Amino acid sequence: MMSLIVSSSPHIHHEDSVPKIMLHVFFSLIPAIVASVYFFGSRALTVMIASIASALITEYLFLLLRKKDTGAIFDGSALITGILLALTLPPSINLSIVAIGAFVAILIGKQVFGGFGGNIFNPALVGRAFLQAAFPTQMATWVANKASHIDALTVATPLGGFKFSHVLTPYKELFLGNVSGSLGETSALLLILGGIYLLVRRYIDWRIPVGVLSSVFVFSGILWLVNSKKYPDPVFMLLAGGLMLGAWFMATDPVTSPVTPIAIWIYSIGIGFFVVLIRIFGGLPEGVMYSILIMNSFVPLLDKYTRTRMLGERK
Amino acid sequence: MIKLRMKRGIHPKERKISSSKEIQEFPLPKRVIIPFSQHTGKPAIPIVKKRQEVKTGEKIGEASGFISSPVHSSVTGKVKALETVLLPNGSSSLAALIDVTGEDVLAEPTWPVKDISSLTPGEVRKITREAGIVGLGGAVFPTSVKISPPEEYPIDSIIVNGSECEPFLTSDHRLMVEHAEEIFKAAQLLKEVIKASHGYIAIEDNKPDAIEAFEKLVSGLEAWDVVSLRTHYPQGAEKSLIKVILNREVPMGGLPFHVGALVQNVGTLYAIYEAAVKGVPLTKRVVTVTGDGVPNPSNYMVRVGTNAREVLEAAGAELDNLEKIIFGGPMMGLSVKTPDIPVLKSTSGLLAIKRAYRGKVYPCLYCGRCVVVCPLQITPTRLVKYIQAGMWDQAKKFGLFNCMECGCCSYVCPSNIPLVHWIKYGKYMVRRMETK
Repeated sequence: MMSLIVSSSPHIHHEDSVPKIMLHVFFSLIPAIVASVYFFGSRALTVMIASIASALITEYLFLLLRKKDTGAIFDGSALITGILLALTLPPSINLSIVAIGAFVAILIGKQVFGGFGGNIFNPALVGRAFLQAAFPTQMATWVANKASHIDALTVATPLGGFKFSHVLTPYKELFLGNVSGSLGETSALLLILGGIYLLVRRYIDWRIPVGVLSSVFVFSGILWLVNSKKYPDPVFMLLAGGLMLGAWFMATDPVTSPVTPIAIWIYSIGIGFFVVLIRIFGGLPEGVMYSILIMNSFVPLLDKYTRTRMLGERK
Repeated sequence: MIKLRMKRGIHPKERKISSSKEIQEFPLPKRVIIPFSQHTGKPAIPIVKKRQEVKTGEKIGEASGFISSPVHSSVTGKVKALETVLLPNGSSSLAALIDVTGEDVLAEPTWPVKDISSLTPGEVRKITREAGIVGLGGAVFPTSVKISPPEEYPIDSIIVNGSECEPFLTSDHRLMVEHAEEIFKAAQLLKEVIKASHGYIAIEDNKPDAIEAFEKLVSGLEAWDVVSLRTHYPQGAEKSLIKVILNREVPMGGLPFHVGALVQNVGTLYAIYEAAVKGVPLTKRVVTVTGDGVPNPSNYMVRVGTNAREVLEAAGAELDNLEKIIFGGPMMGLSVKTPDIPVLKSTSGLLAIKRAYRGKVYPCLYCGRCVVVCPLQITPTRLVKYIQAGMWDQAKKFGLFNCMECGCCSYVCPSNIPLVHWIKYGKYMVRRMETK
């Protein structure tokens, strides 16, 4: 007789697993990846490959160093970190800088916290924040979008254009992606499509994109109503820059976002608040990255103090 | 008919492959093993000796306290031995091994058998007590205690629980289709006993034939409603059912009577009918034998104490090719290390699984799915973190003892973290520390 397996109930399981979720996150990013290649050419692909390769190698080396199962590189999380980091970088960036960014993302963003699941900050954004500090010029050099037929070496991003020259890019261009910027912050449409795919499959919590986007709209809308000449309109704020990428793909990272409904609302509205604050009153044209990193740091605290009322618990 | 649906929870594949199989009387075994601990509360005290002859339905163990229940012989035979045996949950209990000596000779019931409309509440309580009736939905809580709530808590609603939300299981379903009248008579009897003003018969909508059967019975009756529940798990759990149907929340650590409700499983009601009308104590029950390792999924009326191996083999299970045998359903059932364990009052099903689920365990990614599905609104991920860290006070604060181990959290966890396993461990550790 074969020995029977004795284990705790339940004895059946839902079909989802960590690698499967990561695979579908990858699928959801395909529109954005294709768009980046369409708008910036094969250079975009090279940047992504450099980022992914560096992320996977770093992951492997540090799993080895920490004497952990190196098979964990196949869980898909390092792959996603690599892609997400690449999508936040300017297309013209030097490839060695890309590799350094992915190295920092995996090492400082993830492995030092004990690897997958242990990190406080979104790894891709940790990598980007490092590059922003270490290579400020490279990180702020933007090439023209291929579809825009602008013949110039460097151009301003829509947000930079507004901040420094008070030029508003038309909505249609922002929506379709016919603008300059980092690899993944071109087409709002394609990013939303990918995000909706994740929503439909219930891989992300709907409250996060809804909270982030609506709070950006409301906060910037208030300012715009106060002085529409000085402040950008809320639709521009929604469509420009890295907000869509951040709201659908970065803020929704399960590891670094809260789990209780109230905490999720505070977290997502907080991100929107900081985005508006930094974009309008800060020294930088864009603030999505810092907003998410700031709110990431509150997640453990938020979860702790917003325990859900249990069934039958006194109100 | 009322249509309702629970919030939260999950909807696994129903796999009720035995739902059209009529209940078959399981053949008389050569020997039965009847543990004295088959219910919540103190084990029964043996009142038979080795080599004593017993009749079918004869009491062989006496209740040993308020929350306890007697046990009866399910066959006519001779007590071979009193010895300790393994139970499905891995613990052990003293049991009577009875060798069958011939056809059934029924013992005289230890309660008066008369027209059920003339029974007083006191008599009904005595019958449920004497007949060893316990909750057959899984909790095996003594029914006599359950139908005797403190006087300061009036009960206005009785809920007949025919939800059977566990995948695979069809024992309650078949009982409802084949014995709706008996179940309903017992339900009406209990409604009088507890003086409830309204009764609900709750059945999930994957059992339309059962719903139809009860619709016929309640037609024209003001005090009864059939509730068709959209199939969802764990809707049949007492607290979920009360929330869905009455929109009342049983207070934490409380019981249904605190919110004026009594929930009775259909199997229990059938047992009450058998005891009150026919004078037969609880000595058999319907067991669904199913799973991918069972060629002929079946519903058997099995005598308590029958070796599970015999029941599984009767349905064609090849025991050598199995990876798992489960007492109960796939969500809350107990996996056992050997099929040589007796069928108990609580055994609603026997599952033979050829290929057990094996999921690679990843670290928690805080996706929050466990929080979304938990019907008791616990935060399972956090609770389990506290248990893993040995932070027992925090674990208690985060609902350790509120958890009913329905398994939704483990079921959805993409990291395959055995959350229920950890919660069971946490409960065990805290109880052990608190009794020291």
